[in-house]
Amino acid sequence: MADIKALEALATQVRRDILRMVHAVNSGHPGGSLGCTEFMVALYHEIMELKPGFDMDGVGEDVFFLSNGHISPVFYSVLARKGYFPVEELHTFRKIDSRLQGHPTTHEGLPGVRIASGSLGQGMSVAIGAALAKKLNKDPHLVFSLHGDGELQEGQNWEAIMYAGSKGVDNLIATIDRNGQQIDGPTEEVMALGDLRPKLEAFGWDVMELDAGNDMAAVVGALQQAKTRSGKGKPVALVMTTEMGNGVDFMMHTHAWHGKAPNDEQLATALAQNPETLGDY
Amino acid sequence: MKRYTDQGKQDTRSGFGAGMTELGRTNPKVVTLCADLVGSLKIETFIDENPERFFQVGIAEANMIGLAAGLTIGGYIPFTTTFANFSTGRVYDQIRQSVAYSDKNVKICASHAGITLGEDGATHQILEDIGLMKMLPGMTVINPCDFNQTKAATLAVAEHHGPVYLRFGRPKVANFTPADQTFEIGKALMLQEGKDVTILATGHLVWEALIAAEALEGQGISAEVINIHTIKPLDEAAILKSVAKTGCVVTAEEHNMLGGLGESVARVLATHHPAPQEFVAVQDRFGESGTPEQLMEKYGLNNKAIEAAVFKALQRKG
Repeated sequence: MADIKALEALATQVRRDILRMVHAVNSGHPGGSLGCTEFMVALYHEIMELKPGFDMDGVGEDVFFLSNGHISPVFYSVLARKGYFPVEELHTFRKIDSRLQGHPTTHEGLPGVRIASGSLGQGMSVAIGAALAKKLNKDPHLVFSLHGDGELQEGQNWEAIMYAGSKGVDNLIATIDRNGQQIDGPTEEVMALGDLRPKLEAFGWDVMELDAGNDMAAVVGALQQAKTRSGKGKPVALVMTTEMGNGVDFMMHTHAWHGKAPNDEQLATALAQNPETLGDY
Repeated sequence: MKRYTDQGKQDTRSGFGAGMTELGRTNPKVVTLCADLVGSLKIETFIDENPERFFQVGIAEANMIGLAAGLTIGGYIPFTTTFANFSTGRVYDQIRQSVAYSDKNVKICASHAGITLGEDGATHQILEDIGLMKMLPGMTVINPCDFNQTKAATLAVAEHHGPVYLRFGRPKVANFTPADQTFEIGKALMLQEGKDVTILATGHLVWEALIAAEALEGQGISAEVINIHTIKPLDEAAILKSVAKTGCVVTAEEHNMLGGLGESVARVLATHHPAPQEFVAVQDRFGESGTPEQLMEKYGLNNKAIEAAVFKALQRKG
């Protein structure tokens, strides 16, 4: 049984990390990071089967690909707090000579990262490729991926979605962060995505929906169910509704904090809403 | 003067196909992806013998590049296959982020490169691909000259760890290099020693350079011919050694004069040993429909064009 309280405490600490990281360099993407905090914590600390240490090939363990690379703050915090690299290194986020680039990269050798992302729409293809490699290696472990909803406006996703459905890539669990926001406004105003479930089902996917994407117990439950639905001939999609900026009242219900850092006063307010649980970096 | 014998005209893409057949039998880590052009890329035998290691992606090249990047994670060596145009310009950002910047061991194998694709016309005749690929940090760019060399290059890139752009073509051209050659990435090949001018040629223009050198010999001009099969990393030492002797250069390539071999050579000369250089290349134009021979003539990419460029270079050397 998952210790939901412990996962929630970790999520609160990750939110603090996110806020402090973007504040320190007055740049970065807190909104989507905060919205996906429960998902990322649940994935790395409860759902995925992981080997100790890190090797690029990831044979014999589950692997994860972040396609919407701009939410690097949550990725870095969760990786550090899982032990892939020292949490102190979060101090270097977006600074010169850092392994923690603005968008994730393998180029600087940061453990835990297997592909560069940032230019949107490429992660689904990479995740499918890694899933194909797992099948060739007869490795029963799974491939997980995360995609922004606005990111689905990139056409390459639909090439990838068509491929995975057509070829029955059933060791892939792709989660869509359905926060309904993108830089220029609500997704349904900028370029309507409509109802994702029938679209994905029409491409041959097994689609799950989760309305409570910021409820830790619900996220854990949905991911556990998604695992049981893998291996049955279809790729699995989890369309997960989240609140951008979740956990910080003034960052919620708006797209304003997609790519903007809080000032000193805003940081203090935000941190007060998320009291320290495991110790700041 | 050394003479080379055409062992019978063949297309370089078939050299690639022969290389893939051999890799399919010898290297279990090699996998192949294709975007609906299996017959054009000559990979039928690889597919027949290794169906589990072939991925048909349909007409979706961006996804193909991403799948290839993902397949490296797990230890595979993916070879992506389609026409050069769809291998590069169409998927530049996918190659840039998911392959080159991510340091993935993907081999981008591109057929129907250049103007000799012929009748399909300019939509398919990419003349910018060498430039696009050589600008990516960490990318190796290879443009072999004939069937045998393309086969050898295909085997060699599987052994090289890192992203590679392997460029070859459609027309049947002279096959004159040894069948048993070992391909050394980044090592220029001296084909013909000479003292008056250095001809640096790549791809289909290498054979044309040899024909030009023979004609020049009849006119009392001693041309050195070097096969630059690897445009990046460029064998700067071999180029500088030759130019120190001859004092002038002609570069020859089936590519735009902007961004190709010629500009890479010009940078080396400007930095280390300024010398007159003439460019046999497409003059910043799009191609058009026609037979390969007609197009090579019209766009100034044959032995006659090389000969004329040699006279210009010699004149400038004084």
